[in-house]
Amino acid sequence: MKLVIAVIKPHKLDPVREALTEIGVSGLTASEVKGFGRQKGHTEIYRGAEYTVAFLPKVKIEIVVPDDLVERTMETIKAAAETGQIGDGKIFVLDVERSMRIRTGETGDEAL
Amino acid sequence: MPSPLRIGGLLAAGLLLPVPALAQDALSAGDTAWIIAATALVLFMTLPGLALFYAGLVRSQAVLSVVMQCFAIACLASVLWLIAGYSLAFGDSVAGWIGGLNKAFFAGVTPDAMSGSIPEIVFAVFQMTFAVITPALIVGAYPERMKFSAVLWMSGLWLLLVYAPVCHWVWGGGWLSKLGVMDFAGGIVVHATAGISAVVIAVVLGARRGYPEHVRPPHNPGMTATGAAMLWVGWYGFNGGSQLAADGGAGMAIAATHIAAATAAMVWSAIEWIKFGKPSLVGAVTGVIAGLATVTPASGFVGPMGGLILGFAAGIVCFYAVQIVKFRLKIDDSLDVFAVHGVGGILGSLLVSVLALGAFGGGGLAEGQSVGGQLGVQALGVGVTLVWSAGFTFLILKVTGALTGGLRVSEEEEIQGLDIVSHGESGYDIGR
Repeated sequence: MKLVIAVIKPHKLDPVREALTEIGVSGLTASEVKGFGRQKGHTEIYRGAEYTVAFLPKVKIEIVVPDDLVERTMETIKAAAETGQIGDGKIFVLDVERSMRIRTGETGDEAL
Repeated sequence: MPSPLRIGGLLAAGLLLPVPALAQDALSAGDTAWIIAATALVLFMTLPGLALFYAGLVRSQAVLSVVMQCFAIACLASVLWLIAGYSLAFGDSVAGWIGGLNKAFFAGVTPDAMSGSIPEIVFAVFQMTFAVITPALIVGAYPERMKFSAVLWMSGLWLLLVYAPVCHWVWGGGWLSKLGVMDFAGGIVVHATAGISAVVIAVVLGARRGYPEHVRPPHNPGMTATGAAMLWVGWYGFNGGSQLAADGGAGMAIAATHIAAATAAMVWSAIEWIKFGKPSLVGAVTGVIAGLATVTPASGFVGPMGGLILGFAAGIVCFYAVQIVKFRLKIDDSLDVFAVHGVGGILGSLLVSVLALGAFGGGGLAEGQSVGGQLGVQALGVGVTLVWSAGFTFLILKVTGALTGGLRVSEEEEIQGLDIVSHGESGYDIGR
């Protein structure tokens, strides 16, 4: 099992969810997060005062998938989340040691 | 409100000395109905209008604290108004400087007591809503850092020592009204007093932590716009109600008020568009409020053209006043109470001397009064009000600081935010 973490533009959450559902990903967790990368931040001006907004809003999705689904998951997220503009986000993949479905007690891939 | 009498657009303001409760006209159901409605509109300006206007401008960890401050001040000012405030403002004059205590606890304000063509109780409660919003305006000077106990002490003392006397001078038959000062709905009484006091508080209290480089931007401009819209609607009651009659003068006051707000918003937006490349919502609604504050003292004395000119002046002058106070003087009057309300109110209080002329569609000055003469009276009224308000606010802060063991919360508490620190609540906890 692998944990796929993707940080994407907020408005890409729905396209990514739809595309992942199509390839058989059965669940994901999404969080509203803030951060910066190469896009840096931007400035906002209120009543003439300039404020630097260093952290931009992003959505972080976390998906645990069986090993054989990792490549397709990454490709699918990339295709669905890409705008070609700076700030599209990143994808990380980590190993997952164990898993369990709380309701049934199933473990491993069965729990996904 | 120069008088509870009908003044009409053509009557000269200076002829009508405010003598509330002395004039025993027959009750006008129309006038009474309008002033009761206007009373509700003016309360709506504070709750929730001003509360939301300010709440959107602070950081998210202080959103509830400014709303709470507005609610608490509304309650406190109402009770103090009943106990002594109304009497200090509208009781029998003591040498023109303060009302006596003959109307304490609304003594003598029975259902039959009249004030012009409306029952005095209607007048007293209408005035109460002005006493509510004026100290609440000052909340914009000290958000995110003042102890709640200090807010209460200061606001209560301020109502009795600053608002009530100045209200007496101008509307309660005091010395300024005898001189013929023109302040239709509170350029001097409301906006100048609150504005200059805001500056004094900001200086004595000190700036927000990290000011000016590292303060947080407004956390919710949409909330601010919602509040500004409510203020705009409520201002119909503030200025239109100050005619104290349901007549053409009230209609004209509302017309001038509305045009001034619209014009100032357009001017403010235009300046931002030119200077910064984009017109912002916060800027547009700040322009609205600047226009409304500026037209307030003039609203019943000028026509729609006067409103247009006042709005235009407000947009330019108040915009640059914000820049000067914040960036040149480096005073953290955090939500620009002085630059928007104070400067606007003073500007309108001076410009009315000219814009009340028939040539601008106004009702004219008092018979025999020249523009220069009226301007002198206006400047005197503004000047004395500024000195009185600033001086007493300084004293009140010293007393309050002694009573509450310092005016400010600790730096750690300021970082954590007043919502949790002062009130034990959070505006935006997710997941519950």
